[in-house]
Amino acid sequence: MSVMSTISHTLSANGLLTAFALVGAILWLSNLISRYLTFGRIHGSAIGILIGLALAFWAGLVTGGQKGLADVPVLAGIGLMGGAMLRDFAIVATAFEVDVVQARRAGLIGVVAIGLGTLLPFLVGVCTAFAFGYRDAVSLTTIGAGAITYIVGPVTGAALGASSAIMALSIATGVLKAILVMIGTPLVARAIGLNNPRSAMVFGGLMGTVSGVSGGLAATDRRLVPYGSLTATFHTGVGCLLAPSILYLAVRALTQS
Amino acid sequence: MTISGVALLAICTLLGSLLGDWLGMALGVKANVGGVGIAMLLLIGGRLWLARRGLLSDGIKLGVGFWGALYIPIVIAMAAQQNVVSALKSGPLVLVAAIGTLIVCFAAVALISRLGGVTETMDEIEAREIRALPPDR
Repeated sequence: MSVMSTISHTLSANGLLTAFALVGAILWLSNLISRYLTFGRIHGSAIGILIGLALAFWAGLVTGGQKGLADVPVLAGIGLMGGAMLRDFAIVATAFEVDVVQARRAGLIGVVAIGLGTLLPFLVGVCTAFAFGYRDAVSLTTIGAGAITYIVGPVTGAALGASSAIMALSIATGVLKAILVMIGTPLVARAIGLNNPRSAMVFGGLMGTVSGVSGGLAATDRRLVPYGSLTATFHTGVGCLLAPSILYLAVRALTQS
Repeated sequence: MTISGVALLAICTLLGSLLGDWLGMALGVKANVGGVGIAMLLLIGGRLWLARRGLLSDGIKLGVGFWGALYIPIVIAMAAQQNVVSALKSGPLVLVAAIGTLIVCFAAVALISRLGGVTETMDEIEAREIRALPPDR
C-alpha cells in the first residue's frame, strides 16, 4: 500500500513529466499500430488522437468529470500539457517551417483553395449543427470551425468561450475528417485529377488538415506530399484567423436576425 | 542560443494573443480574435528579418523547432482532456459533418483542378526530367 502511495505521489508531484511520459507511450503505440495494422495508411498522429479521445471517454465515465484524463488525479498534468498555453505555443511554432518563397509559387490558385477550404467545411459544419438543433452562434461557429481542422475547432471554441462538450464535438468532427481524408484520398485520387503538383496544392488548401493531407497524399503518390503540405500548412493559420472573427460575426449576425 | 528561439516564440505568441484581444475589443467581440494566426504571421516575419541579417542561428531554430515538433503530442494531450462522454451523446452530428465536408471538398478539388486547364502530371514531369539529363550520365 505504501509503495502504491509513493508511486502516485511521485506521479502527481511531477504532473507535467507524467503527461510527457504518458503521451510518449501513446504515440509510440500509435506508430506501431499505424505501421503494422494499417500499413502506414493511417498516420500515427491520427491514431494517437483517437486513443487520446478514447482515454478521455473512459476517464469521463470513471470520474464523472468534464475534463477527461485531466480529472484523474495522477494524470492532472495532461491538463497543463494540453492546455491553452502550450497548445497555442506549439501551433505558433509550426509557422517557422513555412517557406515564403515556396509559398509564393503556390500562387493565386493556392489562395483560392485555402479560402474555399476554410469556407466550404465551415458552411457544411454550421448547417449540420443547425440541422441537429444548435441555434447559438458560439456553438454553431465552433462546430463549423471543427469541420475546417481539429485545431481550428478548439482554438475557435476557446476564443469564443464554447462549452467543453461543444469543443469535444468540434474536435471529433475535425479528427474524423482527417482520418477520412487519409483513407479516402487514394480511393478518389484518379476521379479528382490528383496526379500533378497544382492539383496537389489545391487539394492541400481545400482539405487543410496537415496530417490528413500528408497521410492521404503519401498513400496516393509520395511525390505529391510536399506540394499538398505547402498549402495545408497555411490552412490552420487562416482558419484560426477567420473562424473566431469574420465567420463568427457572420454567424452571429445571421442567428440574431 | 536555444533560449533565444524559445523567447522569440514566446514573444510572438504573447504579442499575438495581446493583439488578438485588442482586435476583439475593437470589433466588439468578447473574445480573442485570431491571436494564434497573428502570432504565426509575426513569427514568419521574425524569421525572415533574422535570416536577412544572417542572425538565424541553429540555436534559434532548435528553440522554435522543438516546440513545433511537440505539436502532435500536445494535440493528443488536448484530445485526452475533452468532454468526450457528452460529445458522443450527439454522435451522428460528427459523422454527418465530417462526411459532408469530405464530399464537398473532394468535389471542389476536382472542379478547381479541371478549371485551370491541363497540366503536366508527376509522371510526365519525371519523364521530361529524365530526358533532359545528358545520356552519358
